[in-house]
Amino acid sequence: MKFVPDKLVPGALKRPSPPGEQNGRNGSGNGAAPATPVDHLKEGAGDLVGWVDERMGGSGFLTGMLYRKVPKGTNWFYTLGSATLFAFVLQALTGVFLAMYYTPSADEAYSSITHLTNDVFLGEFVRGLHKWGASLMVILVFLHMGRTFFFGAYKYPRELNWVIGVVLLILTLVMGFTGYLLPFDQRSFWATVVGVNINGTGPVIGPYLSDFLRAGPEFGATTLSRFYAIHMLLLPGLIIALIGAHLYLVVKLGTTAPPWLEAETKPKSLREEKV
Amino acid sequence: MADGVDKKNDGSPPRPDPPGYFEGESMTRRNVFSLGVQGLGIVAVSAVALPAVGFALAPVFEREEELWQGVGPLDDFSSEAYTPRVITIVEGIGEAGKTTVYVRRGNPGLSEQEPQLPPEGPDDIIAISTRCAHLGCPVRYVQAASNFICPCHGGVYDFQGKVIGGPPVRPLDRFQTRVSDGEVEIGPRYSVTSQLDPVRARDPGEFTGGIWEYLYPPRPSVPPPP
Repeated sequence: MKFVPDKLVPGALKRPSPPGEQNGRNGSGNGAAPATPVDHLKEGAGDLVGWVDERMGGSGFLTGMLYRKVPKGTNWFYTLGSATLFAFVLQALTGVFLAMYYTPSADEAYSSITHLTNDVFLGEFVRGLHKWGASLMVILVFLHMGRTFFFGAYKYPRELNWVIGVVLLILTLVMGFTGYLLPFDQRSFWATVVGVNINGTGPVIGPYLSDFLRAGPEFGATTLSRFYAIHMLLLPGLIIALIGAHLYLVVKLGTTAPPWLEAETKPKSLREEKV
Repeated sequence: MADGVDKKNDGSPPRPDPPGYFEGESMTRRNVFSLGVQGLGIVAVSAVALPAVGFALAPVFEREEELWQGVGPLDDFSSEAYTPRVITIVEGIGEAGKTTVYVRRGNPGLSEQEPQLPPEGPDDIIAISTRCAHLGCPVRYVQAASNFICPCHGGVYDFQGKVIGGPPVRPLDRFQTRVSDGEVEIGPRYSVTSQLDPVRARDPGEFTGGIWEYLYPPRPSVPPPP
């Protein structure tokens, strides 16, 4: 919270003082100066946060998360996960607004997309954000994965977080696959035909998987709505839940130091001298 | 837990028997209730989850409706060249439900060249699907070369739809045909092996014949071959 002046941080969210340094905490009114309206205003905000915290708790978790220890040598590569999260939030928000104009039926999907792009105010911009943001998210996911791999951040005790991350990668790619069909132009139609048929080449279960994805043996009336439901209801819920688990483990386990930093151990000689 | 059976030898005072305990009981009242409640929970969850899953999976088990469409009188088609016709294979979704089909009459001369293939009679009607057997792109018939050519990944098929180049894994699919009152009608799709023997319709990319009949098992959603 370096960027927020200390006076503006409500009491419940202030950095916990080390033991034995309680003097001055919450004590701005100790002097004889009468409280000014500004003081009341400041306390009002603090009181509100305190009121919520008294009933909900959670400030301990929040301060613990915000003031958690970060290893030395943390650098810009460590922001790739946050960047991916930003890309996901961007996709979620723009997706909500696109859904306001989109019609998931084979007859009207393409015309609703052209209407959205050409007629709706800033529609082209919002759709462009969603389209390019999708590619951005995939790129950021891979960069984030590369950072984790090359820094060795997947090792004990963080293997579970790696596994969750791999599932999130797969879900992100499925998002891209299902979203590609929705404009329902020639490119997206044939790309989906090819993609579903690639699924079908898997032995034994492949043909049934294709039938499930298409809702029948041919690309049919409900294929588009099926992809739409998967794209905007099923997968976002799964991704949000898994991102929650991913972030929980990040906060709980902490971040790793970059591999080029050696662990700080006490010099042997110092210990031997004391004995 | 029954007293005397699980008694710990750690010096703690002996715990009294739970109410209703009798010598030799194998299951406590508490166990019965917890198992019962868990069972009820499973029933309650399945009552919601199973219909939902079945709802999503139902199309896998439903047989596709058979469509038979007329494409013109018998005299429209020759045995030397294909005539393209557009048919609807899925109703109600406009352009996306249509496909091109190449139709010709049987050519006995081809059977003489390759006697191992099923013979073609002059009264047969052969309708070749344009769905590439690689990944499903639409192929085009080029009269000058008497070949079918796929624009996506370079698959090439000969006059009968057999693969002669590129990545496709089997010959082009065909449609069942019949002639009623001099009008040629096109029916459901079926796939063929490399020897042009009919098999149940497959998706593109799936091999036919031999062990592949087991690795790509028949789907309930498509009709049997002719």
